[in-house]
Amino acid sequence: MDQQLLNAIFIGSIYALFAVGYTLVFGVLDILNLAHSAVFMFGAAITYSMVVNHGLPFWVACIVGIAACAVMGLVIEHVCLRPLRRRRAPPIAALISTVGLALIIVAAIEQGQTGSLFAWLWVDGPNSVAFPAGTIPNPTWHVGDLTLEASKVAIIPISIALMLVLGYVIRYTQVGRGLRAVAENPRAARLMGLDVDRMISLTLVISSALGGLAGILFGVALSDISPYIGRDNVEVRGLAVIVLGGMGSIPGAVIGGYLLGLIEVLALVVLGSNARGGVAFAALFLMLVLRPQGLFGAQLRERI
Amino acid sequence: MDFFIQLFTDPVAFWNSHTLLIAQIGINSIIASSMFIVLYSGQLSLAAPGFMAIGAYTSVLMDLHWHTPLALNLAAGVVLAGVVGVLVGLPVLRLRGVFLAIATIGFIEALRLGVILNLPITGEGLGLKNPTADPLGGINMVLVSLAVVLFIMWRLTKGRLGAAWAAIRQDELAALSQGIDVARYKMIAFVLSAILAGFAGGLEAHLNFFVDPGDQQYGVTRAVQILTFAVLGGSGHFLGPVVGALVVTTLPWVFQQAHDYINIVTGVFLIAVIVFRPQGIVGRGGLAIVRPAWWPRRARVSAPSPG
Repeated sequence: MDQQLLNAIFIGSIYALFAVGYTLVFGVLDILNLAHSAVFMFGAAITYSMVVNHGLPFWVACIVGIAACAVMGLVIEHVCLRPLRRRRAPPIAALISTVGLALIIVAAIEQGQTGSLFAWLWVDGPNSVAFPAGTIPNPTWHVGDLTLEASKVAIIPISIALMLVLGYVIRYTQVGRGLRAVAENPRAARLMGLDVDRMISLTLVISSALGGLAGILFGVALSDISPYIGRDNVEVRGLAVIVLGGMGSIPGAVIGGYLLGLIEVLALVVLGSNARGGVAFAALFLMLVLRPQGLFGAQLRERI
Repeated sequence: MDFFIQLFTDPVAFWNSHTLLIAQIGINSIIASSMFIVLYSGQLSLAAPGFMAIGAYTSVLMDLHWHTPLALNLAAGVVLAGVVGVLVGLPVLRLRGVFLAIATIGFIEALRLGVILNLPITGEGLGLKNPTADPLGGINMVLVSLAVVLFIMWRLTKGRLGAAWAAIRQDELAALSQGIDVARYKMIAFVLSAILAGFAGGLEAHLNFFVDPGDQQYGVTRAVQILTFAVLGGSGHFLGPVVGALVVTTLPWVFQQAHDYINIVTGVFLIAVIVFRPQGIVGRGGLAIVRPAWWPRRARVSAPSPG
């Protein structure tokens, strides 16, 4: 049970980190970025590929992976969102364009095989791979009947630190004030002399970099990297997390992430492994029906 | 290209070699029409795959255990989908926009992962075999159903109901102040859409020897695909979703040269269509293509203004 609780915290950290980026974009733009789970996968895949196929050291590969995701954030903004914003298209149009980009990203990795067009990105096609043992130092401790692996334990401080930094930036810096202004009212922000487009690009870059990092942590801790990790693990769960915490609220997404981790582990212990997925979505459904503003919607009136 | 050449030079051979594709287009069109009803009334509901699953499982299970005729099976699936539609609609229709979309995603995944994958009678994760399926013979029924559905859609959007839905979509508050019972009309749209999805699900199950509870079939992936049909085709006109289903379903055949890269082509196509025509293929502005902001402006010859 204790071990399960620990797993809930590991996986909850990853959910939280993923959902923070998701909710940041929703908070600023009122748009669901459905390419976010593809970016999550992209980060993990690029990092793996840099280590195994291009022989870079792990830390350098991580930086390359996160940078690639940040660039992907710019692609999302410039290809999928900005043209639609200029046309004043309904928000539903952005759902379709981001789905289109997600399709492209996943297909590019899926088709990455030796000799194919995308061999420089990925060579394992649709297979699931893991970092070879020894890539990352992974000492393991035994405390009582708990097993602590460094690769999993490290997730907790990394994600909490990043989320604190993001919270600080948004709350206390000039850039953060700009983001909040755009979230509150883009028109007024523009009239106050803010470069709204640049703020939105920045939002997408931060969001995608965090999503990519969450993917890398997932790939390292769960030894599972494939073109489908985004779709299978975080695509819909990310939605559940941001709804649990209240759409657009960053502290809400953090707490929602841990809460979902906990709910899933409880369901696993109480009801068995088959019920795990169903319980998470039933919780999501009930939450929306009973308290659509999320757990913290009432207190956290200000967005992001 | 072969695809189009055969379509125009030898329609009979085309029909014979692409029957399954045509049937799938028909099914997808019916489901897209079900999505159209909710979108037309201003609700972003992604519940369609859930109701399809209800229709499919009900009809196949009745056939397997009681050997009842197909029409009865489909009717039972439709009724059950409608009942569940009322039960789900009552709590969720207070939600708007993305919130409704996420709640309905919660519904379909709770149904699929929580119920279908855990009940022994639905075959759990293994799915159900459907030995009485009729992939080739079912096509006439699909096409007739599609024609009926399109006729109903046409009449609905021209009638009082359609006018009420359009009013609610454009401005809920204004519709309310005009005396339109918003909650009631939203519920009608949601349940009609559930019924149609249940019917399409039952029909689709009749065309396949296997009912697969996978994500591609009754999960979020399918929901997003159906949304794509409706939005890409144009959600303001009843023909839009059908055009969307036709175009998206035939893409892999049209771009046969793309082989394994078909999803990349599809992605580029989706982005291109939605950026150039945010209102969808069928919609306002005839066939005009909207010029995106970054497209080079045509040099304008300025005529001297009179006076």
